[in-house]
Amino acid sequence: MSFDSAYQSRKFNSVGTRPLRPDGVDKVTGRARYGADFNMPGQLVARVLRSPHAHARIKSIDTTRAASLKGVKAVVTAADLPDLTDGDASLFAILDNCMARTKAMYDGHAVAAVAAIDEKTAKAALKLIAVDYEVLPHVVDVDEATRPEAPVLNETVFTQGVEPAPTTPSNVANRSEFGHGDIAAGFAQADVIVERSYKTEQTHQGYIEPHACVANCSPDGTADLWVCTQGHFVFRQTCSDLLGLEVSKLRVTSSEIGGGFGGKTHVWAEPVALALSRKAGRPVKLVMSRAEVFRASGPTSATSIDVKIGAGKDGTITAASATLRYSNGPYADMWAELGAMTSFACYDLENVKTVGLEVLVNRPKVAAYRAPSAPMAAFAVESAMDELAAKIGMDAVDLRIKNVAKEGSRSSYGPVYGPIGIGPTLEAAKAHPHMSAPLRKNQGRGMACGFWFNFGGQTCTDLNVNADGTVSLAVGTVDVGGSRASLSLIAAEELGIPYEDVKAVVSDTATLGYNDMTDGSRGTFSTSMATISAARNAIEVMRKRAALMWEIPPEDVYWEDGHAHAAGTRHGNRAPLSVKEIAAEAANTGGPVAGHSELVADGAGVSFATHICDIEVDPETGSSRVVRYTVIQDAGKAVHPAYVEGQYQGGAAQGIGWALNEEYIYGEDGRLQNPGFLDYRIPVCSDLPMIDTQILEIPNPNHPYGVRGVGETSIVPPLAAIANAVSKAVGVRMTHIPISPPRILAALSDDKGS
Amino acid sequence: MVDVTLWSGLRPLADHQEVVHVEARTIRELLRKLAERYPGLRDPIRGQVAVAVDGVIFRDDWSQELPEDAEVMLIRRIPGG
Repeated sequence: MSFDSAYQSRKFNSVGTRPLRPDGVDKVTGRARYGADFNMPGQLVARVLRSPHAHARIKSIDTTRAASLKGVKAVVTAADLPDLTDGDASLFAILDNCMARTKAMYDGHAVAAVAAIDEKTAKAALKLIAVDYEVLPHVVDVDEATRPEAPVLNETVFTQGVEPAPTTPSNVANRSEFGHGDIAAGFAQADVIVERSYKTEQTHQGYIEPHACVANCSPDGTADLWVCTQGHFVFRQTCSDLLGLEVSKLRVTSSEIGGGFGGKTHVWAEPVALALSRKAGRPVKLVMSRAEVFRASGPTSATSIDVKIGAGKDGTITAASATLRYSNGPYADMWAELGAMTSFACYDLENVKTVGLEVLVNRPKVAAYRAPSAPMAAFAVESAMDELAAKIGMDAVDLRIKNVAKEGSRSSYGPVYGPIGIGPTLEAAKAHPHMSAPLRKNQGRGMACGFWFNFGGQTCTDLNVNADGTVSLAVGTVDVGGSRASLSLIAAEELGIPYEDVKAVVSDTATLGYNDMTDGSRGTFSTSMATISAARNAIEVMRKRAALMWEIPPEDVYWEDGHAHAAGTRHGNRAPLSVKEIAAEAANTGGPVAGHSELVADGAGVSFATHICDIEVDPETGSSRVVRYTVIQDAGKAVHPAYVEGQYQGGAAQGIGWALNEEYIYGEDGRLQNPGFLDYRIPVCSDLPMIDTQILEIPNPNHPYGVRGVGETSIVPPLAAIANAVSKAVGVRMTHIPISPPRILAALSDDKGS
Repeated sequence: MVDVTLWSGLRPLADHQEVVHVEARTIRELLRKLAERYPGLRDPIRGQVAVAVDGVIFRDDWSQELPEDAEVMLIRRIPGG
C-alpha cells in the first residue's frame, strides 16, 4: 500500500466534534429514499412463492396457468437461473437459496416468482402455480441434527476436518479446532473446575427496513439495480456471477438503509428480480414482506455450547475448552468456526482448545449478524467465568483482570497479540461508579467482556473541490451508521475547512472504483483512510495551483492549517491562499481540483469491550427489566463521538433483545411460528434504560488518526452480562438464551423442586 | 526465512504440517511459494485466507513485508456483520 497509514499524534479541529448528520433532515421529514421508495415508469410488481414445507423434494413445478393469467408478464423458477457457479460451493449455496432447485430446504424457501402489472395479479398468479412436493423428514434443532437418527439434509455432505474422512453423510458439515498447550495437563493442575452446557436460540438481525429492490434489464444486455444493501459493489459482483452478466453492464445504486447489521451483506431476492425483469423486458420491483424477511432472510445461528474452565485458587486459569455447535441453515459455512476463534480471545491462556461444529438444519441460510457468532460464544464463556469467580470467591472483574490478554499474549485463535485494549476496558469497569452502586431487592448485576476481529478492505474515494471552495466527497461504502458525517469531518480536518463545506454522497457502482461492503466495522475505518489519502492528493494539486497563482516554484509552497503558504522570505509577505481562493482560480490554473484514492485498508486491529448491567426480575411472573446498562469500549479515536456512542448503544440494545426475548419458534411441522414483530419481540425504547457509554481512545497504530472500527463489538458482551445479572437476581444459573419469563419461572421452579 | 503456521483446516492440504518454512520477504511471495509447494492450497489462498503478521491481520495487502523472525500465521478470512 503506497499510502502511509501509520498513526501520527496530532491536534484535531473537526474530528471529535458532534455536528448534525447531513442525512438527518431527510430522514426525519420522510424525504430520504429507502429501498422501497424507488419506482420506475412501467414497473411490474414481483411476488415470490415459498415452500410451506421444512424439507421437501420438488418433483415438478407447473407455471402454465400462472403465466397465462392476464397481467402476468413473467414467471421464473430455478430453470431461469441456470447454474453458472462453476463448482464454487459458496456461490451455489447463494443461488440455491435464492431459488430452490431440487429440494426446498426450509419453510419459506423460494420455489418460484411472478412479475405482474399489480400486486393483486401477482398474488393471484402465485396461487395458480402447482408445485408437486415429496415431503421429507426435517430437523430444525441444532443438537437433534447431530444425532445419528436425524434426517440428513444433504447426502453429499461428509464431515470435513476429521480424519479418517467419514464414509457416511452427516449434518455436521465441518469440524474446526483452535488452541494451544495441553488442556489435560492444565485441568489436572486446576483447584476449581466449572463445566456447563449452554444454548442460544436463533435470532434475526431485526432491521426495520425489509429487503427491497427495483431491477431493470435492457435487451442490450445492460441492467440497473436499485437496492437496499450494505454493499452495492459486492451485490453487483454476486448478481453478475449468478446471472451471467458482465460486471460493467450492471449498475447498482444503493438506497438509504434502514438497518442491516450483516443481514444486507447477502443477496436474497435481487437475482430473482433481475431474472424476472430479464424475462419480462420491464422494470420489476420486489419488496419482501416482514414475514418473508423472517422466514427467508438472514437469521443468525442457534447454538449449543459446552464450556469447561479450570483455575487455581488464586484465580489463574490453568486450562479452558469449549465445543461449539452452530446451526448453519441448509448450507455449510463457518459460523461455529468463528465462535471457536473468538470464545476465549479475551484471555491469556496457557492451555486452551476450542472445537467448532457446523450443523445443517432445515432453517433459513444463516447470515452474518454484527460480530457474527461471537455473542453466543461469549455468552457461554463469560457465564462460566462468572461461575468460576463465585466458586473461587473472587470478584468477577478481578478474575478477568487476573487472566486478561495483553500485548505478547498468544490469542486462543492463534497469533500473538500486539497492543490491545481489553485490559483498559476492565480497569475502567472496575473504577466505574456503576460497579459499586447499590442494588435493590430482586436486582442483580452482571458484567462481561467481548471480542471481535474488525477488518478493513478495498476502498475507493473521490474528493472534488468545487469552484466555490466547497467539497464533494464521493464514497463507495454504504452509510449504515452515520459515516457520511464522520467522513465529512475527516475531509474537513485534513483540508482545514468547515464541516459544513463538505457534502458526502454514496456513489453508485458505475461512478467509482470497487469498494468492499460496509461490514466488519470497516466503514469509517477504511473510508476515512481513503478520504485522508484523497484529501492529501487534492492538497498536493492545490499546492501546485497556488504556485501557479503566485508564479513561484511549487517546491516553495507548503500547506498548513488549510492554506497554501509561500515558504521563506524570497517571495515577500504573501498572504496565505485558502481553499476557496485556490478553487476560484481553478479554471485558469489547470481546471478542476480533485483528489482520488484507491487503497486496501488493512491493520484494523482487534476490538474489545466490557459491559455492566443491572437487571430486576419479578419472581412472580418471570418478567425482567434492565434498570442500568454501561458500555465501555475502545474506539481508537472517536471521529464523531455521538455516532460512536450510538453504535455502542445500538449493539447493547440488540444484545438485550437477543438475551431476554428474541427467538425463532418452530412448530412440530418445521414451520416458523412467529414471523412478525408482534410475536418476535425486539426491544422498543420503553423497554430500555438510557444506555451509558464510556469511550476509551487508545490510538490504533495502523490508522493516521488512530481510528478503530466500532460497529460490531458492542453486541458481543450483552448476552453474557445479562445472563450473569439475571442469574444473580434469581439465584439460579441461567443457561438458555433468551432468558424469557417462562424460562426464568421454569428455572425458579426447578430450583425450588431440587 | 519465515515459519508459517497453518490453521487446522489447511494442514491436510500441506502434507499435514502445522508449520512450514518459507523463504519470503512479502505476503505475496509467501503465498505464491506456498501454492507452488502445495498445489492444494491454491484454492484456499484465493479468497479464503488472511495472514497474521506479529498479531496484525492482513486480508488484502499482499505487499506487506515480513520482518525477520516475524510470527506469521495463515488464518481464515472472516466475514463481518
